[in-house]
Amino acid sequence: MSSEASVHPGLLGGRAYYRALVLRRQLILAGLTLALFLSLCTDLALGPARYGLEEVVAALFMPDAVSEQVRVILWDIRMPVALMALVVGASLSIAGAQMQTILSNPLASPFTLGISAGASFGAALGLAFGVIFIPAAVDYVIPINAFLMAMLTSLFIYALSLRRGVTIETIVLLGIAMVFIFNALMGLIQFFASQQAVAAVVFWTMGSLTKATWPKFWVTFGILLAVIPLLVRHGWALTAMRLGDTKAASMGVNPRRIRLEVLALVSLLAAIAVAFVGTIGFIGLVGPHIARLLLGEDQRFFLPGSAICGALLLSIGSVLSKVIIPGTVIPIGIITSLVGIPFFLFLVLSHRKSAW
Amino acid sequence: MVTLQLDRVSASYGRQEILSEVSTPEFQGGQVVALLGPNAAGKSTLFRRIFGMLKGGGHVRITGARTATPVAYMPQDTGASAVLSVYEAVLLARMQGRGMKVQNEDLAHVDRALEELGIAALGERDIGNLSGGQRQLLSAAQALVQEPEILLLDEPTSALDLNRQLGLLTILRRLAEERQMLIMAALHDLGHALRFTDQAMVLERGRLITCGPTDQVVTPDLLRRVYQVEARIEPCSRGLPQLIVEGAV
Ligand SMILES: Nc1ncnc2c1ncn2[C@@H]1O[C@H](COP(=O)(O)OP(=O)(O)O)[C@@H](O)[C@H]1O
Ligand SMILES: [Mg+2]
Repeated sequence: MSSEASVHPGLLGGRAYYRALVLRRQLILAGLTLALFLSLCTDLALGPARYGLEEVVAALFMPDAVSEQVRVILWDIRMPVALMALVVGASLSIAGAQMQTILSNPLASPFTLGISAGASFGAALGLAFGVIFIPAAVDYVIPINAFLMAMLTSLFIYALSLRRGVTIETIVLLGIAMVFIFNALMGLIQFFASQQAVAAVVFWTMGSLTKATWPKFWVTFGILLAVIPLLVRHGWALTAMRLGDTKAASMGVNPRRIRLEVLALVSLLAAIAVAFVGTIGFIGLVGPHIARLLLGEDQRFFLPGSAICGALLLSIGSVLSKVIIPGTVIPIGIITSLVGIPFFLFLVLSHRKSAW
Repeated sequence: MVTLQLDRVSASYGRQEILSEVSTPEFQGGQVVALLGPNAAGKSTLFRRIFGMLKGGGHVRITGARTATPVAYMPQDTGASAVLSVYEAVLLARMQGRGMKVQNEDLAHVDRALEELGIAALGERDIGNLSGGQRQLLSAAQALVQEPEILLLDEPTSALDLNRQLGLLTILRRLAEERQMLIMAALHDLGHALRFTDQAMVLERGRLITCGPTDQVVTPDLLRRVYQVEARIEPCSRGLPQLIVEGAV
């Protein structure tokens, strides 16, 4: 049935067409997952010591079959970083996908609402002046600063969106205003901070996975796992929101309620992701767009698709950050922007059928 | 049988009152009701109020419904550009509040709605590049697929060609009878109203002017008073009432 479906889609009845569509999307999702696994293995294999893919796979599935040294390097040093790339990529991409959905704006992403900018400001306060919001282990002080500032930003936008008569355009404008305010504040910090501190701030804003540890991974992963079912629950409603508020409401959806709830959820996702790894551009914008091109906007496929595309992009970014200049790990945020933007432009321009 | 009655229904946007105390007799399943009135009379607002998207004074009384959500509403504007096929867009309307899993029965309803409206061949098309009339039929399918007992249609024929206007109205007539559905449609073509509807209600500046059997409501006097046109209504050779418009007053 499926092969016929792809050859003569027009000749099939509606139900058969739909079944073929679902099958095709399941295959695409499976293909993306496979690509993700390959990228993860490659990421693990690369580093100061290079391993063959067979060795990595062996270490993954039969840890006893490889030497102690290989096991330690792969599992304790590289694995948290490689997995962090996946969960951060997935979190940012899901956040971007849902922001684009609820704000009806193809440019919406964790950046548009000032969440990344807020995180950078929080981190910069700590790095430059030692401002500490909550005392914690030294490894966590800056992430906590970044997280709290990012959440404060989203809370502010959330509170304003609660007011009557605030439209989605207003929300996007508010977000952009926040970005500019934080950029100005960052300038101020860098003006007054010591040279060393400025270097630390700049490095933080470039985004880096190298500080990832197992506990940080589990926190990020835990939040992602908690948020996904809450989004899935609104799957049909979120898809309906893409038809506009009136249409969604005519289908029994309460667009305002969904918008606020999802805004809160994805703010949390994005804030935790940027807090641990710094500013990583374009995943939250590009991931959902690729998923949309491949899988359409039915959330049952669009949501997992966005997650996997985001994870895949950041994992590939992590691989590239190690191979472009051998022996040097280029900050991942630079890679995603440098490689992500041209790739994104290529995608958009080569695909004439535009959704927006 | 499902019934709908409006009791001093009001609605406002902000402080501006748009509908004031609209009361109607009881409409019943099986009837097709025309909602008439010039532009900005409040027809769309009344639909939103009945559907529950707008709150306001008075009561919308629905009795005899078999389901918890008996009303479906087809809004007036239907433009959207999501990456969804027509089939998916109709399925989407069906699946709201029904859980993630699509059952065979749901697909059967989608197929049926598309066939009934004559757009089964469009199933695979992207909703973003439909013509205005195709979008309107899609929108009607999205309302029908919900298996409503009361169907509110806001200007369902405004973008359709003459053939499809007659087609849609004929289908609505048949569905009302077959499924004992109560259909209320905002119409601008009074000739269509005369031919396809049992009851008519006329809004003007948010007030209900008259309500009753369509042939008693749509009269030369009403046309002059509400629409400012001079017209005659005469039976044609086959006995159907014909509206002959002579010109604007
Ligand atoms: N969302 C809105 N906010 C404020 N006024 C509105 C809104 N929608 C409609 N109106 C006003 O309400 C009146 C009735 O509009 P509407 O119900 O759309 O009329 P109709 O459908 O009969 O053409 C018009 O004067 C219109 O300007
Ligand atoms: Mg209207």
